[in-house]
Amino acid sequence: MTAPAAKTHATPPAAPDIDADDVPLYAARRAIYPQSVHGTFRRIKWIVLIVTLGIYYFLPFVRWDRGPDAPNQAVLIDFPARRFYFFFIEIWPQEFYYVAGLLILAALILFLMNAVAGRVWCGYLCPQTVWTDLFMAVERLIEGDRRERIAADNAPWTIDKISHKTLKHTLWLLIAWWTGGAWVLYFDDAPTLVRELATFQASATAYISIAVLTFTTYVLAGHMREQVCTYMCPWPRIQAALTDEYALNVTYLLDRGEPRGSLKKVAQLRAEGKPAGDCIDCNQCVNVCPTGVDIRKGLQLDCIQCGLCIDACDNVMDKIHRPRGLIRYESEANLEARARGEAPVRRIVRMRTILYAALICGIGGLMLATLVNRSSEGLAAIHDRNPVFVRLSDGSLRNAYTLRLINKKLYDRSFSVSVSGVPGATLSVVGTDSGSESDVLTIGPDQTREVRVLVTTRDKLDAGASLPVTFEIRDTATGVAARANDHFIAP
Amino acid sequence: MSTAHESHDAHVDAASGTATTGHEWDGIRELNNPLPRWWLWTFYACIFWAVCYWIAFPAWPLVSNYTTGVLGWNSRAAVQGQLADLRALRATTSERLATASLQEIEKSPELLALARAEGRVAFADNCAPCHGAGGGGAKGFPNLNDDDWLWGGTLAQIQETLTHGIRSGDDLGHQGNMTPFGAVLSKAEISDAADFVRSLSGLVPADTPSVQKGAAVFKANCAVCHGEDAKGNQELGSKNLTDGIWLYGGDKATIVQTITNGRGGVMPAWGERLSPTTIKALTVYVHTLGGGQ
Ligand code: SF4
Ligand code: SF4
Repeated sequence: MTAPAAKTHATPPAAPDIDADDVPLYAARRAIYPQSVHGTFRRIKWIVLIVTLGIYYFLPFVRWDRGPDAPNQAVLIDFPARRFYFFFIEIWPQEFYYVAGLLILAALILFLMNAVAGRVWCGYLCPQTVWTDLFMAVERLIEGDRRERIAADNAPWTIDKISHKTLKHTLWLLIAWWTGGAWVLYFDDAPTLVRELATFQASATAYISIAVLTFTTYVLAGHMREQVCTYMCPWPRIQAALTDEYALNVTYLLDRGEPRGSLKKVAQLRAEGKPAGDCIDCNQCVNVCPTGVDIRKGLQLDCIQCGLCIDACDNVMDKIHRPRGLIRYESEANLEARARGEAPVRRIVRMRTILYAALICGIGGLMLATLVNRSSEGLAAIHDRNPVFVRLSDGSLRNAYTLRLINKKLYDRSFSVSVSGVPGATLSVVGTDSGSESDVLTIGPDQTREVRVLVTTRDKLDAGASLPVTFEIRDTATGVAARANDHFIAP
Repeated sequence: MSTAHESHDAHVDAASGTATTGHEWDGIRELNNPLPRWWLWTFYACIFWAVCYWIAFPAWPLVSNYTTGVLGWNSRAAVQGQLADLRALRATTSERLATASLQEIEKSPELLALARAEGRVAFADNCAPCHGAGGGGAKGFPNLNDDDWLWGGTLAQIQETLTHGIRSGDDLGHQGNMTPFGAVLSKAEISDAADFVRSLSGLVPADTPSVQKGAAVFKANCAVCHGEDAKGNQELGSKNLTDGIWLYGGDKATIVQTITNGRGGVMPAWGERLSPTTIKALTVYVHTLGGGQ
């Protein structure tokens, strides 16, 4: 039964030579065993890895003194108190537009990076890349380099193999767990939370968040790896639409490399005076590639442009005494110039980079300006809805409002409250004994205070009048004021 | 799975070398590429999850019931649990509301905010149907924002009214009625008295003849409760008739109706239904609406 079926599979009639790389979308995953490599780009990647992960894991422990009434954690998202702290910046929920601005900036910086140097984000900075790199390093440390790993995976299960695998997955899980653990530290006082976590006194939310992030880190960096980039991530698709002929791509110089052949064959061709390429078909560039790409086939979606194949190839070129740079960062424009025999040009300054840079400076400047000039007091007024106005027994007319006073400074402040716009109006604040025209209210550090105020006038107003009124609060110490507008309504 | 396409006409696509499903639509054939394996696992995991969910949680409707799930979770119990948590969370603050005096609550900005927040909710739940969402009142139900109080507008008086009600059947509640004068006075006398009452807040000129006559009627019949000066008496719940604020309406027909048939609106004794702390919060809330004395 199975024989003819297997045959259909094995020898499709009239099927051309198919490379699995051409149909990646619905293929079962090929195992990829990236080989270790040394070189410039590898070194850059290590540095980026150490710096970014260092920041991620340790930033929650950085302290920042804000005074006695505020948390002293430099970066803190305080959900219960609805505050976001970032060093000298403190953001209230109604200022969430700063975060939107930050995201816009981040997107523009990504675009600029792409216009200048292609997928540097993917190759060096993306968390997916950084953590995968870390997990691969652990894998190499425990199970050995490419050859040993392939051999081990093909070999039957032995105690040795089992213990290696167990150790690897344990280490992966530990790193993943630490990753999740560091994440929750951004949401509460880090040293306290660490103590609570260790003594099982932290909230269920903390443990669940850690568990979820442990799971995702372990799966994405340990098992999914390049599949995240190829199948799941939107950036390669967007990047492909954004790029132009001046952006740098990791490129194999076809004209220099081909015709490829073994060292011996190439030497023979050269001796005969026939054209011979520099590529000795050693497959090193493919072996080191974390996504299993053969860069010699040209630009591919799977290639995250990490530059590791450049390192691998440069090492080979050094050994066979050929010039480096058979694989290199190169722009499409330069490739064309090279084909025409012209000198290469680097055009970093061009329309789109100028535009991105200008947008980044503009938006960044705007955000900075608003941040610096941001007022640290605020006032909002809401008119009573029922009843809209009240007639008192002496015939005077009253409207009631709820005022919300905001003090964004980290110390107590007193504000005098006053109203203008209604003839003969007096203002009284409910809950403090006063009937005078202005009243002083104290607001705690970094707090809001809601008070009910009554505006009463004995003057006769036109029937159905709706007068614009302005409430003002004025800091009794500095004289800084905030205002809010509303209406005074007559029957 | 891998043999699904083979039962049909096993056609192999020339361009990609991949077998097709054997189905053909106007010459277009569907390639039979396998799904990525992790995708399949995700799919199975979802099915597994769904089955576990059915077992653990309420899921399937039955004829007169539903499957309750082995965890015994239901949304009603969940809400009750959350409410209990909330009460526990608020225990310390409601404790302070319970022990502080009404004056202390109004003096402390923190307790005031607390009492007003609780009072606002209790008011919306219990009082708003008659007095309106913000205590603005309606015909027969006093506006609680003004400074005209039938039974007194101090904190203690408001608390007492709230606790025992008005004509509520509670022995400690306020009792007084507006007596019907339809059988005692003639229609003309009632009309004159109404004119007199309206003249007190300037709705009818004081020198109108009927007002003069009405004054005599008022003195003989009404002044007992409403006072010689018609300013009312909070002991009896008799209304101040001079301030231009009307509970049932200040037009002549309504006043005639009031005098003829009397009035006797009812307010429930909330002490029977609400906790003393809630009544305190309500008292402070009503007192701070603007008319408190
Ligand atoms: S493709 Fe996406 S996930 Fe992969 S490295 Fe680039 S940005 Fe990161
Ligand atoms: S082809 Fe080269 S640059 Fe691209 S992902 Fe592989 S190693 Fe990195």
